[in-house]
Amino acid sequence: MMSISELDKCIIRALQEDLPLSPEPFKKLAEDLGIEEEMLLKKVQFFLDSGMMRRFGATLRHQKVGFKANAMVVWKIPPSRSKEVGHHMAQFAEVSHCYERPTYPDWPYNLFTMIHATSKEECHTIAKKIALTVGFFDYDLLFSSHELKKVSMRYFCE
Amino acid sequence: MDKIDGQLLTLIQRDFPVTSRPYAFLGDQLGLSEADVITRISNLKNQGFIRRVGGVFDSRKLGYTSTLCALKVPENRIHQVKQIINEIPGVTHNYLRNHEYNMWFTLIAPSNEVIVDTLTSLKLKTNLDQLMNLPATQFFKINVHFKLQEGS
Repeated sequence: MMSISELDKCIIRALQEDLPLSPEPFKKLAEDLGIEEEMLLKKVQFFLDSGMMRRFGATLRHQKVGFKANAMVVWKIPPSRSKEVGHHMAQFAEVSHCYERPTYPDWPYNLFTMIHATSKEECHTIAKKIALTVGFFDYDLLFSSHELKKVSMRYFCE
Repeated sequence: MDKIDGQLLTLIQRDFPVTSRPYAFLGDQLGLSEADVITRISNLKNQGFIRRVGGVFDSRKLGYTSTLCALKVPENRIHQVKQIINEIPGVTHNYLRNHEYNMWFTLIAPSNEVIVDTLTSLKLKTNLDQLMNLPATQFFKINVHFKLQEGS
């Protein structure tokens, strides 16, 4: 892992706040940080290019914008096939996240896909479509009934 | 939310311009003035469509470790346990889901030791033992980008 300077940490702290809605928002951030705007813009681009920042932009409340149902679909896939199947599942546009995770004696599911759709029925239809495509049918859909917490991570604040 | 708001939201999720006058730049793309773009984004925030505009960082590339955890919580203790979990600063998402493992939360911390310590102390504080730590071992896709239908 690349080392992260104290200045970079300050910039990251600033970029995880909400961007000001003034005409020159980065200039405002740069002034608060005591650096030139040009340097800040270069740093933002560097964070993007290096992958330290996955994206810069708006985070939406997806229920509000019409994606009312989200399902965590969990799959029991033979470990020898999980990599291939995981890559295959990731191709579906409806799948926003796809991970392999450990199993437990009372938890046999090793692949996790997040599906966003407009209804629960549509989530079921999408899961079925994925199952038919990959040829594995041992899966379950876990719907969220209540959102108890959802915040953006604040790095370098501990 | 009208058609232009939909286009604006689709655009600023991924292609927010990292330039000196980003709102003017967006205005040029959408045929709006800089002031119009600012007003529209402000309204979309006030109406709750936009949570935040800013950087979304890769926890691993910043040296952090993340995990997904699932806990079996008795129905009558959900409120109490929720409060204990939500107080942990690195817990960014927490949902109730329709399963015996009913409370699912994500935890981000500076190291795996901190994660293990946090979960151990959580078990003690809640007196609940059926807690699964499910750190991802392979990442196939991490991509939250919602393409909004026009006029939706």
